[in-house]
Amino acid sequence: MSQLLVTQILAVSIGDYWVQTVIKSLVVLVLVPTATAIIVQAFLFKMMAHMQSRLGPMEAGPHGALQLMADGGKFIQKELLAPARADKFVFSLAPLIVLLGTFLLYIVIPAGPNAVAEDLDIGIFFALGVSSISVIGVLMAGWASANKYALISGLRAAGQLIAYELPLILAVVGVVIQAETLSLTGIVRAQAQGEIFGLGLFGNPFILTQFVGFGIFLVATQAELTQPPFDMPVAESELVGGYQVEYSGLQFLFFYIGEFGTAFAFSALAATMFLGGWWFPGLDVDGGLLSNLIGPIVLFAKIMLVAFLIFWARFTYPRFREDQLQMFAWKYLIPISLANILVTGVLKVVF
Amino acid sequence: MAAVSERNQLSYIAGQAAESRVNVELETDGMTLNIGPQHPATHGTLRIVTRLDGEQVVSAEPIMGYMHRGYEKLLEVRTFPQVNTLIDRIDWLSSFANEVPFILAAEELMEVEAPPRAQWTRTILFELSRQANLSLFLGDMGVQLGAITPVFFAFRDREHILNLIEAASGGRFHPNYNRIGGLKDDLPAGWIDETRRAMAKMRQFCDEMSTLLMGNEIFEQRCRGVGVIPPDVALGYGLSGANLRASGVDWDLRRDAPSPLAWKDVDFKVWTHPDGDSFARYWVRMQEVRESTYIVEQLLDGLPAGPIMAKVPRIIKVPAGESYVSTENPLGEMGYYVVSKGDTGPFRVRVRTASFNNISIVPWVMKGVFVPDIITILASLYFILGDIDK
Repeated sequence: MSQLLVTQILAVSIGDYWVQTVIKSLVVLVLVPTATAIIVQAFLFKMMAHMQSRLGPMEAGPHGALQLMADGGKFIQKELLAPARADKFVFSLAPLIVLLGTFLLYIVIPAGPNAVAEDLDIGIFFALGVSSISVIGVLMAGWASANKYALISGLRAAGQLIAYELPLILAVVGVVIQAETLSLTGIVRAQAQGEIFGLGLFGNPFILTQFVGFGIFLVATQAELTQPPFDMPVAESELVGGYQVEYSGLQFLFFYIGEFGTAFAFSALAATMFLGGWWFPGLDVDGGLLSNLIGPIVLFAKIMLVAFLIFWARFTYPRFREDQLQMFAWKYLIPISLANILVTGVLKVVF
Repeated sequence: MAAVSERNQLSYIAGQAAESRVNVELETDGMTLNIGPQHPATHGTLRIVTRLDGEQVVSAEPIMGYMHRGYEKLLEVRTFPQVNTLIDRIDWLSSFANEVPFILAAEELMEVEAPPRAQWTRTILFELSRQANLSLFLGDMGVQLGAITPVFFAFRDREHILNLIEAASGGRFHPNYNRIGGLKDDLPAGWIDETRRAMAKMRQFCDEMSTLLMGNEIFEQRCRGVGVIPPDVALGYGLSGANLRASGVDWDLRRDAPSPLAWKDVDFKVWTHPDGDSFARYWVRMQEVRESTYIVEQLLDGLPAGPIMAKVPRIIKVPAGESYVSTENPLGEMGYYVVSKGDTGPFRVRVRTASFNNISIVPWVMKGVFVPDIITILASLYFILGDIDK
């Protein structure tokens, strides 16, 4: 009898586990292309066009809203080409690895008290860790393409991404010290329940205390995404697209999803850590249906705000040179973020 | 040498050998990077073969001729009025300015002088094509360095100038407006007021560019001290135009050469910059666009009345002789050496284009720079491919 009960419980819990996992995987799988589409349509197509005094795509759908369908269809139809001297296996694996890092990022981002795929205790640590996976994909693409431009680009990407990983992590350390947790839900809760100068109405979004960290995080994010002004690995006017130069069709699309999906994910991380995440005054931070329904909308609005800042810089600045970029990371960003950690630590002890 | 013992010598040789072994082990293979003929930085089909050591350029060699269209030969089988249509295509961004020196050379041979109104109108359109050309440079430099927005602003504001050229001549890119002895038509009604408005817009565009691009710290970092050309080297390689003036050589054919055009009647400043780097070249060109708007405004104020065309025979036969006329085109000195044997067409025409000489300094200036600097230097030297290959 009792044995049967145990088996039943086991079966149900295993079933639950697999059902949950499948649902979560599906949500993430749908979320990444959707997020990419929103980012590309809103910023790359429309905002960039209006900033440059032009209209952008206008023909497909109302105000060009269906342009992405047309573009996606075009990419899927195209033949997958590989250079004759390319390492075919590595060549076709590289875009998938870039994409893998992007998908893993979405797992830990909380959009509500329970609306999170996996609430890891080391959420932010995990996110920063998996974001580096894309470096391997980029290096593989650069090497396997058997193209000199791609090779230079891969080397640049490796140097750049390693250099900017450090300020990215150091900028987060300040937040972690203040929130006393590595969990992203914990960071949101700390911001919701915190108060600044005795005022707790809006909580304490860490941008108020960690504004230095926020700035560094955005700059380092820009470099992680290889966007202008840090787009040396892509550099279409000198390396003609760098590691992406030999890719076509769906594989090229994967690189694009990887880039803009990661842009969305990093904006979400910044919104979660510095702008209070999904929490909004009036929402219950510990649970409840309302929080789980409105939370994603609030988070989405904050993500769009951060993404606007990122893409604004992308469309405005010229790009650095490789050595200038390294100098910028090691001479300015890392010392400033270390000083930020020091000040945060001291203040944490004092108050 | 006698003081050096054999033992010392041997240890020295052994040391040398050890060091060279280390060097052999650490020696890296250079890489030949072929930039072009199809590459976004080459504005067409220029090919630059670079030897790289890491990201540093050991040597760079421009290889030209991928778009050679044989103009000099083609001109030998054209009549003088037909030449105009063809040479519009040499520097396609400022076609009107291409026509002027040839027409002046032909007029010099025929001993015809265009009436003052024609000369002044020519000068106005010359300066307008300078603005059309250089404004595109001001935006293009940004896009070469990775900022995508400036070039769209440049295209937007160049449209004002192209509209003016179209209103006067009927053609936006290839006006074919010059005739031996004057111009095809007089200016249309309302053109002068429209030009004044466009000049204000061009100045506004320059201000916009100087805040968006020139005031940008990244832009300065990428351009300052990159591709420095000292004045003596610049003169040695036959550079002309803004590339030469950016090296501090005060030389401008508009002011220095006698010309029937109306530059002698206006007051303008020739801008120079002492640095000779990419930033200086950008700065000089921006100042030139600004100055050019003032030149046009002065010319509009003093535009004389009168006929637009001198009396020339219906069938143009140019007397035998030779003449060379060069003008200060947007890219630099452009000159035509015309030899006539008394026929309806030229016997031989030699075209001196600015970009050919300007790009010849590439092997000198690109030694030791980094790969991204190749793009900066190419963009700041500013060539039009049709102007190199002819």
